[in-house]
Amino acid sequence: MKILVVCGNGLGSSFIAEMNVKKALAELGIEATVSHTDLTTAKSEAADYYIGTPEIVDLLEDGTRRIIRLVNLFNVAEIKKVLQQHLEV
Amino acid sequence: MINLIMKDILGSPAILVGLFAFIGLLLQKKPVAETISGTLKTVMGFILLGAGAGVLIGSLDHFGAMFKEGFNVDGVIPNNEAIVALAQQTFGTETALIMLFGMVANIVFARVTPFKYIFLTGHHTMFMACLISAVLVTAGVTGPILIIIGSTILGLLMVLMPALLQPYMRKITGSNDIALGHFGSIGYFTAGVVGQLVGDKGKTTEEIRVPKSLGFLRDTSVAVSLTMAIMFFIVSFAAGPSYVESELSGGTNFLIFGLTEAIVFAAGVYIVLAGVRMILAEIVPAFQGIADKVVPNAKPALDCPVVFPFAPNAVVIGFLFSFFAGIICMFLLPIFGLKVIVPGLVPHFFTGAAAGVFGNATGGRKGAMFGAFTNGILISFLPALLLPVLGSLGFENTTFGDSDFGIIGILLGGFAKLFM
Repeated sequence: MKILVVCGNGLGSSFIAEMNVKKALAELGIEATVSHTDLTTAKSEAADYYIGTPEIVDLLEDGTRRIIRLVNLFNVAEIKKVLQQHLEV
Repeated sequence: MINLIMKDILGSPAILVGLFAFIGLLLQKKPVAETISGTLKTVMGFILLGAGAGVLIGSLDHFGAMFKEGFNVDGVIPNNEAIVALAQQTFGTETALIMLFGMVANIVFARVTPFKYIFLTGHHTMFMACLISAVLVTAGVTGPILIIIGSTILGLLMVLMPALLQPYMRKITGSNDIALGHFGSIGYFTAGVVGQLVGDKGKTTEEIRVPKSLGFLRDTSVAVSLTMAIMFFIVSFAAGPSYVESELSGGTNFLIFGLTEAIVFAAGVYIVLAGVRMILAEIVPAFQGIADKVVPNAKPALDCPVVFPFAPNAVVIGFLFSFFAGIICMFLLPIFGLKVIVPGLVPHFFTGAAAGVFGNATGGRKGAMFGAFTNGILISFLPALLLPVLGSLGFENTTFGDSDFGIIGILLGGFAKLFM
């Protein structure tokens, strides 16, 4: 399973969020590949799930991608909650 | 042997940073496969940086030529990625060493001072390391002294700038958990002060209805292509089809040429960003890992979009007012005898938006508008004033965009002149 964390620039926010997603996955005991990128690249990069703040990932929504919306990219508790909902564990 | 170590290893930034990554990965006892791929990707990141610089220079040269022909003055585009990619060709080793030891200094300062901030915006750490190297080397500081002074200054900035903004961050986020680590701090701080002076924080921007249609600007590639296309069209018309087609484009229609060059510029930025991403991928997690162990209760200082969700309307208002100030300043700068700074959508979007959020936290709607407007003035005048300090780098038609780079560069250049 591959999870892609997306932000506008693909440098700062998504990177820190990626580390938090990895932390959350480890606590949930789920194995997945996590990486981060910018919006443009995300459109051409295949992943099982795309995570980001609503205003960013809404631009990726085209009916085929599995999108996970997150208000606070830096809150591990919130990340764990949304991951649990979407990954059905 | 000494020549091999000094010149071919330490003198070649790609190999040097690759070595840091390799040692870091070994210390973290990562599996062999991860160590190899991490090291290779870090080296590749630096090579991408150089490749992107080549692409950017081509486009900037054409822009500069058309601007000069059309308006008879030099126009400069502030773009952190462009100037850093160019600077790597001369100051690569210094930047890499100052960045690494600056991060160490950050951990030390966070440990021993009351400013418990760990600056996690890796690309800004790298840009600041690059600015410090460029300014100090231009002023004549070299060798180990350069690395010691440079990394101390960088480490100090990495705790002081978030500390300066923390009172406002508490207002914005309603908690004390996260800090802002982004070198547009002076602009945000000023926006907070201006908001307090002119505004009424009861009348928040979040009660206004704002169209969501500006969201596409958050996509850096789109924003850069768009600004550059508009700018290239303006200069192509100003320079005239006969000049462009005979001197630059080799006969290609001047508008098609302008559009292509604008996208070439955006592609250059994209390549550089991909490089920066690869370089940071191994370094930042290692840095955070060490900081977690050494500095208990440290607050992470994060990139500026972290404040956007707290006041989405202020983001849009802030961007518009900052950009508006940038356009006014473009006409004002030559009156003061300064180079023309072409306002870019990227610095105005990211720092203008964050300044809007800060202004809104202290002064509501008026605070967001005037605060972001002040930020726009700062990021127009500071880059222009910074140019002379950058020495030969300043002739490349580009410069640093965000406010702290301007302030720190100018101050550092001034101090260095006093002592050298």
